[in-house]
Amino acid sequence: MSVDKHVVKKIARLARISVSEEKSETFSADLGNILNWIEQLKEVNTDGVEPLSGVNEHALVWREDNITDGEITDKVLKNAPETAGEFFVVPKVIE
Amino acid sequence: MSELLKMTATQARKSLLKREISSVELLNAYQTAMEKTEALNNYVTPTLEVAKEMAIKADKTYAKGNAGLLAGLPIGVKDLFCTKDIETTACSAILKGFFPPYESTVTSNVWKSGGVMLGKLNCDEFAMGSSNETSIFGPAINPWSKIDGSDLSSGGSSGGSASSVAAGAALMSLGTDTGGSIRQPAAFCGVVGLKPTYGRCSRWGIVAFASSLDQAGPFTRTVEDSALIFSAMAGHDQKDSTSASLETPNFSEAVNSGIEGLRIGIPAEYYVDGMDTDILNLWKKGRAWLEQAGAKVVDISLPHTKYALPCYYIIAPAEASSNLARYDGVKYGKRIEKESLDAMYEATRADGFGEEVQRRILIGTYALSAGYYDAYYLKAQQVRRLIKEDFDKAFNDVDVILTPTTPTAAFPIGAEIVDPITMYLNDVFTVPANLAGLPGISVPAGLSEQGLPLGLQLLAPSFREDRIFSAASAIEKQAEFSLAPVRAAGDLQ
Repeated sequence: MSVDKHVVKKIARLARISVSEEKSETFSADLGNILNWIEQLKEVNTDGVEPLSGVNEHALVWREDNITDGEITDKVLKNAPETAGEFFVVPKVIE
Repeated sequence: MSELLKMTATQARKSLLKREISSVELLNAYQTAMEKTEALNNYVTPTLEVAKEMAIKADKTYAKGNAGLLAGLPIGVKDLFCTKDIETTACSAILKGFFPPYESTVTSNVWKSGGVMLGKLNCDEFAMGSSNETSIFGPAINPWSKIDGSDLSSGGSSGGSASSVAAGAALMSLGTDTGGSIRQPAAFCGVVGLKPTYGRCSRWGIVAFASSLDQAGPFTRTVEDSALIFSAMAGHDQKDSTSASLETPNFSEAVNSGIEGLRIGIPAEYYVDGMDTDILNLWKKGRAWLEQAGAKVVDISLPHTKYALPCYYIIAPAEASSNLARYDGVKYGKRIEKESLDAMYEATRADGFGEEVQRRILIGTYALSAGYYDAYYLKAQQVRRLIKEDFDKAFNDVDVILTPTTPTAAFPIGAEIVDPITMYLNDVFTVPANLAGLPGISVPAGLSEQGLPLGLQLLAPSFREDRIFSAASAIEKQAEFSLAPVRAAGDLQ
């Protein structure tokens, strides 16, 4: 199994990571090798096996729906690269 | 100062309680040790001013007679735990300059118990690696050396946490373990590393890698110290819905409770190709030690062991690709300015994430993408259940499982980073416990022919860390391992 450069570019686009031509070649080889190695999972018969997404067997705990935090706009914004007033600033998204 | 470095945490606590030593004296000794071992690159952000305040406060609690469990004990923290107003980077360029406005629950518990924070410790970027070489700060170096003196890897991802304790530059430290990131570096550096049961310690405020696998745990010189700090770290937390609402037992009692009649399982599938003979021999010795201490050894089978690593390398990257979507150049960390929003995201993430992190995000994105989800992600989750069921069955017949921690001793820096899969194979014995959510410990148990430390791993059913402590203590007593790396800050024993 191989992952060609175009596929790498497509996944990278989904993951919002820009990859150079050179990088996409390295990743193409790496991902191919890793996925080939992962192929061995196909040997396992998993017919009728319920997928396990986590090991937590305890039922989630209920609590009162109370506000426990808030009024911390300054803290939320403190680490942002760019802010204006009470907002994060991003490049213009509307034409 | 040399006498202070020789004390284990338990011994230091006794001396502090008797007022034979002060927290400030202890801190001063560790400050000197940190300076002496600076070349090991363990601390990425030392916090000695904070430490001083904490030590003074701890001494006051001893004077008043209300000192907490960890009062005055110098502790290092993996740079994956958010620490309030102290830079937290996950050793990634993308988080450079991030000062969390909050404290993680685990570190908060440790400071509430009086622990003294020495600083933030080096690790692989976002905890993705087994050698600490993916860190933006460069690798943490193992204080042990081969005969030829070349720099050895501390292991990873919690490399700085393991190396600092082994070098005497931290009395104890905190790490996290997603696939072996506490146990493998502990084995490489000759210290005790505990990965608790999933749900035992809160994950709140820990930079997330793979949320269904991540768990915080301690590095210590002894099993007794491990039980001590773990008792302070653990506990239910409303802020982490997967944290178990169970009482935290007194783990220190388990350390000396003996193992008469304990049933120890030896899994046949853990004999793998490429395993060092030194490690095979040590495993046999471990078996004999436990028998001598009164345990009953049983051969068991965990048939799906072989599939744990490939299963992990779908599940962990899939969860990581989702968790790391939050680094977008908007809310915190680095931003590369571009005209459009998408171009800004893409440039920021390409620049901010290192190569291994990008590789894992891509694998994860691929496995979760339309058309591949069933073949990879769903399949891996099904295999995960089979792996867990293997353990469930085995624990019908045994109380604890004994395995080696790693297939080899520490390797030189640069030796394995060339090929991702070779690096992944380091975690072959540690990954199954994460997939099944089980507690595991690595105990230093001997030296390789090259004079490097080797660890044995003990696994127990969920929430039975007590059994792990009992069995690990039995191994520790008989192994008489001597923590004496050449690049330590001084004599540690």
